[in-house]
Amino acid sequence: MPAAAIINRALGFARAALLAAALTVLAASPSTGSEALGVLRWGGDSEGGFPYMFPNPSDVDELIGFEVDIVNELAGYMGMKPEYVNNAWDNLIPGLERDLYDIAINGLEVTPEHEEAVNFSIPYYKTFLQLAVRRENRDITELEGCRGKVVGTLKESYAQMVLEELGDVEIRTYIVEANTYEDLANGRLDAALFDSPIAIYSAGFNPEIKFVGPPIGEITYAIAVKKENRELLSRVNEAIVHLRDSGKLRGIYDRWNLWSPVMATEFNDFSPRKVEMTRYDEWAESHRPEITLSSRLSRYASFLPAFGWAALVTMKVSITAMLIAILLGLVLAMTRVFAPRWIGLLATGFVEFMRGTPVLIQLFFIFYGLPNVGIKLSPFWAGAIGLGLNYAAYEAEIYRSGLFAISSTQWEAALALGMTRWQAMREVTLPQAIRVVIPPITNDFISLLKDSSLVSIITMVDLTKAYGQLAAAYYDYFGPGIMVALIYLVIGLPFVKFSRYAEKRLAEQDKDGKKGMGRNFYRTSTRWR
Amino acid sequence: MANLPDESLIVVKNLCKSFEDGEVLNNISINIKEGDLVSLIGPSGCGKSTFLRCLNCLELLDSGCIRIGDVELSRDGIEQRPDENMLSAAHQMRSEVGMVFQGYNNLFPHKTVLQNVMLAPLVVKKMPAGEARGIALGLLKKVGLEGAANKYPSTLSGGESQRAAIARALAMNPRVMLYDEPTSALDPELVGEVLQVMKDLDSEGMTQIIVTHEMKFARDASDYIVFIDRGEIVEYDDGDILFTNPRNSRTREFLRHFTGTAVNY
Repeated sequence: MPAAAIINRALGFARAALLAAALTVLAASPSTGSEALGVLRWGGDSEGGFPYMFPNPSDVDELIGFEVDIVNELAGYMGMKPEYVNNAWDNLIPGLERDLYDIAINGLEVTPEHEEAVNFSIPYYKTFLQLAVRRENRDITELEGCRGKVVGTLKESYAQMVLEELGDVEIRTYIVEANTYEDLANGRLDAALFDSPIAIYSAGFNPEIKFVGPPIGEITYAIAVKKENRELLSRVNEAIVHLRDSGKLRGIYDRWNLWSPVMATEFNDFSPRKVEMTRYDEWAESHRPEITLSSRLSRYASFLPAFGWAALVTMKVSITAMLIAILLGLVLAMTRVFAPRWIGLLATGFVEFMRGTPVLIQLFFIFYGLPNVGIKLSPFWAGAIGLGLNYAAYEAEIYRSGLFAISSTQWEAALALGMTRWQAMREVTLPQAIRVVIPPITNDFISLLKDSSLVSIITMVDLTKAYGQLAAAYYDYFGPGIMVALIYLVIGLPFVKFSRYAEKRLAEQDKDGKKGMGRNFYRTSTRWR
Repeated sequence: MANLPDESLIVVKNLCKSFEDGEVLNNISINIKEGDLVSLIGPSGCGKSTFLRCLNCLELLDSGCIRIGDVELSRDGIEQRPDENMLSAAHQMRSEVGMVFQGYNNLFPHKTVLQNVMLAPLVVKKMPAGEARGIALGLLKKVGLEGAANKYPSTLSGGESQRAAIARALAMNPRVMLYDEPTSALDPELVGEVLQVMKDLDSEGMTQIIVTHEMKFARDASDYIVFIDRGEIVEYDDGDILFTNPRNSRTREFLRHFTGTAVNY
């Protein structure tokens, strides 16, 4: 099971329940599937990790993985052009319902819960849990030997469940596979239990670690298709049978070093290897521990274009959302201040509702829920509008407090001069309120910039998502982490600068004053002498 | 009433006003001639500020009638909802009336003194900037602030602020000036310069109503003094008569507190 997916899953029970409720009542809109056009849109999570699908270590813009190879073969047989749609692993099935893509493939297990929501093809891969220990270890030769030992595995995974059932095991759960095997190598763990493909790609080339024991349990991967899309399902099944019988699947598994006795039994194919495990060797080569500093740095440099594009997505979403928030917030604040009581109450209700519910659920609802009533937004607009509506609630409160921070005589003096309420607001109270609200609004924008990483759950590849993808591909959360943190900082800085400048400009009238606003008067009385 | 209604610039008839916690003005009637300087005195909470705020419609009267110049605003009682006619009358009335508030922080702090004075002519009257500027500079000279035109309000003294506020109100060319305790927040040595401006305006024939505790000023400068207590006009008369020989015991009681109090201006 892919690492990041596990994290999402841990976060996501509540929203999954919400979504399930929404999706079971989903009206069966006629499939506008793109297969008619000869395009096969397939959904997966590029952060899902190796060897399923991940950015190519030698060219980060290319997506590789054994599942990518399978899709290409599949589409080739079906006479269609594959088109990749990225989505968070947790949402692959809701994305099918929303017609974001025609099929979903990314280590999706055939489980009763999943089968309720979608139809599965015949399995394309079967695997098992693999136990790993240190080279010199002689105590643990199978799962039973783990009793009384310290064993590491992925959080919330099938392996964790197996270990819990075994009992009397000290389980350490991890979010990143690589950390588990590092701890195994340095002696913090006695053993590690993972899905076999992950084990092979995490530790298969590590001389300090060996795999022991027979296959444990059974994990079945298949392609998910929307329930209504029966015709497509039969075509996919036909293609899988063809790929299996023609030996094309076997070829893929050989190249990726994923052929196993379990698969031999499954496909009834006990012949020896016919092609070299080239893809696995490339992987192992790029993950030798003795990587030099300069090659590491040049690898980081190769991340820059990908991070640059992702940063652009982050900025576009954030700035659009902030514009929505600033304008709508102003309308809401004015409504609460001026409109008749019952309209004001509506605005108050909106503010309290948006502030009181998680933005994550709001985004889910807008993107996956609203199509139920015929509103289909693109990922960008769903993200910008969702974040914009949420932040508008906060901005409205900031404006309101800013407007009430102005002395009432300012308002009365303006009215007494014969100004209309709109003129008094525009010329007198609003300009003063703006000065008060610039720091908190800047604050909110910086916060929004970071919250925009939530758009990755609605298929957008923003900066945080790009980090997850590249870090997962290289086992390296350190260098890319620093890079991404710096990029966020650099994106936010101009806005901080602008806010300082605006504050200073607006406070200029006080620079020769004694009682000016905008001056740190709290400091003056502590500096007497 | 001493004056016939048609001679008066301001006519107030049976003005009543209540807030949630009780009646503030009870059946006030008064006529004020053009060019008069009238001082309103009375204990705090007596309703004199509310009366002033009713005159420029910052508070809407409950019932009664107010006429200033040709603009009339009347209401039968709080059952009568404010309608468009009343709103437009209120707006017109405000343009006839200038107001100076209590305290010295009522200039717009984000604008210079000159911009403060120019703002209403520009925005409300849509006057060309050059013309507004000329008027504003003239008014600042009149109140003795020609040197402070480009200063920001936070750099002014309390007395300068109030003089600038008077210039700001005059810029709309009102027929009546209202002052709500204009000097009560000022240092004693600054009170005189503000009162002097009001005296100058009086000599130019401006109609002025002043809520004040400056008894010496009220006595010397006012055409007459109105004593208000518990929402009613108790007594009004020429300053010398009211101070030396008040007819009403409540007036006597109130004035006793001020014996010996005098401020130079």
